[in-house]
Amino acid sequence: MNVLSRSTVLNFLEKIGGLSRFSMRFFRTAFRRPFETKELVKQTYEVGVRSFGLVAIVAIVIGAVLTMQSRPTMMKFGAEAFIPAMVAVSVLRELSPVLISIIVAGRVAAGIGAELGSMRVTEQIDAMEVAALSPFNYLVVTRVLACMIALPLLTVYADFLALVGAFIVQNIEAGMSGRLFYNSVMSSVNFADFAPGVVKTIFFGFIVGIVGCFEGYNSEGGTEGVGRSATDAVVVSSLLIIIADVLAVKLTVFFFDIA
Amino acid sequence: MPEKKETTTHKTLIEVEHISKSFGSNHVLNDISLTIGEGETLTVLGKSGVGKSVLLKLIVGLMPLDSGIVRYEGRSIAEATEKELNEIRKNIGFLFQGGALFDSMSVGENLNIILHKHTDLPLEERETRIIRALELVGLKDKLDEMPSALSGGQKKRAGLARSIVLKPKLILYDEPTTGLDPITAGSIAELILSLQTELQVASIVVTHDLPTAFTVSDRTIVLESGKKIYDGPVEGLAEAGHDHLGEFLKAAKLDRSRREEIIKNAHKM
Ligand SMILES: Nc1ncnc2c1ncn2[C@@H]1O[C@H](COP(=O)(O)OP(=O)(O)OP(=O)(O)O)[C@@H](O)[C@H]1O
Ligand SMILES: [Mg+2]
Repeated sequence: MNVLSRSTVLNFLEKIGGLSRFSMRFFRTAFRRPFETKELVKQTYEVGVRSFGLVAIVAIVIGAVLTMQSRPTMMKFGAEAFIPAMVAVSVLRELSPVLISIIVAGRVAAGIGAELGSMRVTEQIDAMEVAALSPFNYLVVTRVLACMIALPLLTVYADFLALVGAFIVQNIEAGMSGRLFYNSVMSSVNFADFAPGVVKTIFFGFIVGIVGCFEGYNSEGGTEGVGRSATDAVVVSSLLIIIADVLAVKLTVFFFDIA
Repeated sequence: MPEKKETTTHKTLIEVEHISKSFGSNHVLNDISLTIGEGETLTVLGKSGVGKSVLLKLIVGLMPLDSGIVRYEGRSIAEATEKELNEIRKNIGFLFQGGALFDSMSVGENLNIILHKHTDLPLEERETRIIRALELVGLKDKLDEMPSALSGGQKKRAGLARSIVLKPKLILYDEPTTGLDPITAGSIAELILSLQTELQVASIVVTHDLPTAFTVSDRTIVLESGKKIYDGPVEGLAEAGHDHLGEFLKAAKLDRSRREEIIKNAHKM
């Protein structure tokens, strides 16, 4: 038990160390030639456009469910009129950025981990290296940047769809008109609710990309290792997103003085 | 095609001096030295797991050395910056044991990405060279095929085409003929030899396939338990009295007749 926990802790620390060095390498390499623009566009499409369906479903359901859940409580306090405002603030500040990032982490980090992992174990990354094709630029930099570009865009898209979900429920359950819903959302949310939520997903995107790439790029132990890379990529990136979110919330409160 | 030259003494291309490599307690290579001259073909023989693939990877700097030094045209590989290393590697082709084709790209794109990156050739010219390289390995009709649709032997041959498409000065082949039928294996051996005689390409060929070794070698080394136990002409193996190899060779009655025949034909072309 003791041995187990100690080796787990050591493994974890080793992983964090490796991940930090890998991130440093990313920052050193990202601004240096060759810039693989074509591959970046392809990867951004892969991460962004291919997540549209999944993100849409999750976002609409979040908005709808949150509205349904809050109605009884809000009614008890006679605050029914504040439902759109409450839902909008929760969605924009927290739910949409964090949940969407974790959903994308599940899809994208696992995909990157498995893809780069199998390229590693079948020596394709070595082959790129000896052919002087700069695999770090070609594979890692493009994927990390793609996640950093795609996640904020997906979050804006999810913000919108979650509000649509909330409106549908409000419309069905309380007969609220579109205009009234729009006005009540617009009068209660401001820039400080919306922008920090979107900006922090740039960092979450970085986490998804860098963890996925780190796990895949350093995959070892054959096919079994590839599976492990994919799983670890999801677990580690989801955990880091949650930790980063705590910091982000602290910072947001500090800078925007939301009270 | 450049002029054919008959070279007997070679200018040194690669020097490997006293290199060792371990993985944990697994001491794979122990104090290995060798040299390769321009246009020279060295075959590397040894049992499975002895460290032949590791040796090739150490030579191109894919793995860090524990000790010793590898020089390419006098420059230490370990001390080269990333940029210098890339310059060196443009002159080196590498055939991986499993082919290592990029499986998100078609066979043609696998070759094109390298030409596109390292040459300024226009598209048509690149196409001509790609088709020519695939022709040499008998895969012209697989140009647009994805790697997943190829057999093991075809993958290896496509990998071979990719490693020669830039016309490098040195090609490292990790078991180029393993898993191929004897006829295809023979034609690959012929290709390796003609690259040497016609383009003065230097090669290191790791192989278990003795007919190939006898066809292509200028010189042969044998690895056993991490040590180099033989370095000399391939014909000398039988007399060297190492291991079972000598007997094996005698039993197989291998000789160099095939080599002479191919070279003779090559000169007639
Ligand atoms: N990346 C690595 N990590 C740990 N051990 C390794 C690694 N690569 C190779 N080895 C070990 O080094 C030894 C030599 O491996 P290598 O692949 O060079 O053998 P080989 O001579 O090419 O064999 P074969 O003829 O079967 O291909 C093996 O014991 C192998 O387990
Ligand atoms: Mg091998």
